[in-house]
Amino acid sequence: MDLTLFSRNSGYAWEISPHGAMRVPAVIYADESLVRAMDHKVYEQVCNVAMLPGIVQASYAMPDAHWGYGFPIGGVAAFDAGEGGVVSAGGVGFDISCGVRCLTTGLQVDAVMAVQKALADGLYRDIPAGLGSSGSIRLNPAAMDAMLSGGARWAVEQGYGVAADLERTEERGRMSGAQPECVSAHAKQRQRDEMGTLGSGNHYLEVQQIAEVYDSDAARVMGLREGEVVVSIHCGSRGLGHQIGTEFLKRMVMAATQHGITLPDRELACAPIDSAIGREYLGAMRAGVNCALANRQILTHLVRAVFARVLPAAELALLYDVSHNTCKVEEHMVAGRARALHVHRKGATRAFGPGHPALPDALRPTGQPVLIGGSMGTASYVLAGTQAGEALSWSSACHGAGRAMSRHQAGKIWRGRQVIDELAARGILIRSPSGRGVAEEAPGAYKDVNAVVDAADAAGLARKVALLEPLVCIKG
Amino acid sequence: MDGDSTRGAAVVPPSARWEHFAHGADIGVRGFGVTREQAFEQAAVALTAVVTEPLGIAETGSIGFACQAPDDELLLVDWLNALIYEMATRKWVFGRFTVRINGQDLAARAWGEALDGARHRPAVEVKGATYTALRVAQAADGSWVAQCVVDV
Repeated sequence: MDLTLFSRNSGYAWEISPHGAMRVPAVIYADESLVRAMDHKVYEQVCNVAMLPGIVQASYAMPDAHWGYGFPIGGVAAFDAGEGGVVSAGGVGFDISCGVRCLTTGLQVDAVMAVQKALADGLYRDIPAGLGSSGSIRLNPAAMDAMLSGGARWAVEQGYGVAADLERTEERGRMSGAQPECVSAHAKQRQRDEMGTLGSGNHYLEVQQIAEVYDSDAARVMGLREGEVVVSIHCGSRGLGHQIGTEFLKRMVMAATQHGITLPDRELACAPIDSAIGREYLGAMRAGVNCALANRQILTHLVRAVFARVLPAAELALLYDVSHNTCKVEEHMVAGRARALHVHRKGATRAFGPGHPALPDALRPTGQPVLIGGSMGTASYVLAGTQAGEALSWSSACHGAGRAMSRHQAGKIWRGRQVIDELAARGILIRSPSGRGVAEEAPGAYKDVNAVVDAADAAGLARKVALLEPLVCIKG
Repeated sequence: MDGDSTRGAAVVPPSARWEHFAHGADIGVRGFGVTREQAFEQAAVALTAVVTEPLGIAETGSIGFACQAPDDELLLVDWLNALIYEMATRKWVFGRFTVRINGQDLAARAWGEALDGARHRPAVEVKGATYTALRVAQAADGSWVAQCVVDV
C-alpha cells in the first residue's frame, strides 16, 4: 500500500483521517513492511467500515489484515446500539466463531516423536476431516436446539470433556442470548451430521512442540514449558454457521434501504442492532457461536481418546479456547466512560488484559491467552492480552499469518505430495485426504507469521508468551 | 485453473467457458456465455472446479433448483448458494447444469453423483458464495459474464 495515505501515529499505528462518508478514523496496526505488502483492498475496506452507522472511536485492522468480505479479515469495529449502531453479518463472516483452542499434554517432545507416526495415523483416522466427512453424532431437533443454546456446556453434559474445560473457554463455554428459533431449518439441516468434524480449507489439528518461551511468568501460569507438547485445534461452526451467514447477508442487503443505510459495499450488509432483523441475527449468530464451541469441545474429546490409546501418560488440559469471527457485547472505556458496545472481530482475537473479570481466576494475572495459528510447517504462537490493548483496539489482536497469495496461485506453484514430502523431511507429518488442498495451504502461501506476531507485540496489542512448532498436522 | 466446457458441448457453444480468479484468502468463480443463463451455468462449473475436476463427475442423477432475487447479481449468489447447500447436505458433486431465468426467477437443474472421496479427491469445502467481486454484466458484443468470490 501507498504509505502516503496514512499518518503514522507511532511506530506501529497507521491512521487514515476521516474523509468522504467516514464517521471515524481508521487505524491499521502493523510494521512498515507489513503495511507496504497489504492489498489496497484493506485500505478500502477499513475505510468502508468507518462509514457504518454508530461506529465508535475508529475502524481497526490488525497486523495480519487482508482483503476480506466487506470487513477486512483482521478487522475490528465496535458499535453503540444507542447511537443507531449496527450489527453486520459480513463483519462476523461465514464461519461464525471460527477459532482456536490449545491443549497442554504434559508430554516431552521425545515421548511424542517416539510414536509420531502412530499418533498421526490415529488422529487422522478418528478426527473427521475434509469435504464429505461426517461425525458420529446425529442430533434430533430437540438436541440440536439444546446444543445451540448450550454450546460447550451442552457437549460436556453429553460426556464430551470435563467441567474444567468450560472455565478455559470464552463465555465459560456458553454464549448467552442464543436463539435457536432464529436459526433456519436449512442451517440446522446442514449441521445434521457435522458435529465433531474439522472441516477443510485453513482448518487443522496440530500436535506442536513448545519451541521457545518468551515470557516465563505467563508461560508458567498457562502451563507452557519449553520442550513439551501441545495440541491446537482450528475450526468453527461448520455448515450451520456458513448457512446463517449466507441467509442473513442477503436479508440485510435487502433490508438496508428500509433502515436508511447506504452500503458502500454489499458485503458490509448490516442492520441496526435495535431492529427486528438485527435482533434475529444476533440470536442466530450466538447460536452459531455455541455450535462452534460445542464442535471444538467434541473434537477435544476425540483427541483425548486417541492420546489415551497412543500415549496413555498424556494429560490433555485445555489452556484456552478463543474465537476470532464474532460480534460480542462488551463493556469498554470510551473517553473515560464505560459503554456497552457490540464489538465485531472478523479474523481478530479478543485479547483482554490482566485483571479482566471475564478471565478465569488462574489466568487473570497474565491476561487472556491469544492463540495465533500459523499454517502447516510454520510456527504458531501463544500471546497474552495487555492492558494497553483496551485503548488501542477494544482489546483485540491478530489471529494468524494471513495469506500471501491466493489458492489459485498456490495451486500452480506446489503439488500436495511435494509439500508433504518436504515437511516430512523436516520431521513434520501431514495427514490429509486432499493433495490439492495441501498444495493450496502450502506454508509458502502464507505471510510470515513471525512478522505479524512481532508487530502485534510491538504495537502493544498482545505480548508474546511462547512459540509453537508443528510435529503432526491433520488437514481437512 | 480454467477450462472450456466440453461436457454438454452439444448444447453449450464454444464461447461458454469458465475460469477462476484470485482473491486474497479465497477464490473467485467466473462464467462466460452467449446468454446470461449460460454464464450462470458456467459459473456453477467453476464452483464445482473449486472442489473437484468437473469432467470427472459422472451423471447418476439430477436435482432441480428454483431461486428468486430482485436483481441478476443477487440471483447469481442465490443460485450458487443453493448449489453449495445441496453439495453440503446431500454430499453430492455436480458437473453439468442448465439454467433458465425469467425476470427475477431462476429455474435450474444440476447433474452429478454422490461424492466419492477417493475418486473425486475434493480439494476444499465451499462455505458460501459472497457479494465480493460480484458482477453479472453484458459485454459490448452481447456476451455475458457472471462472477463472484466464494468463501472456502
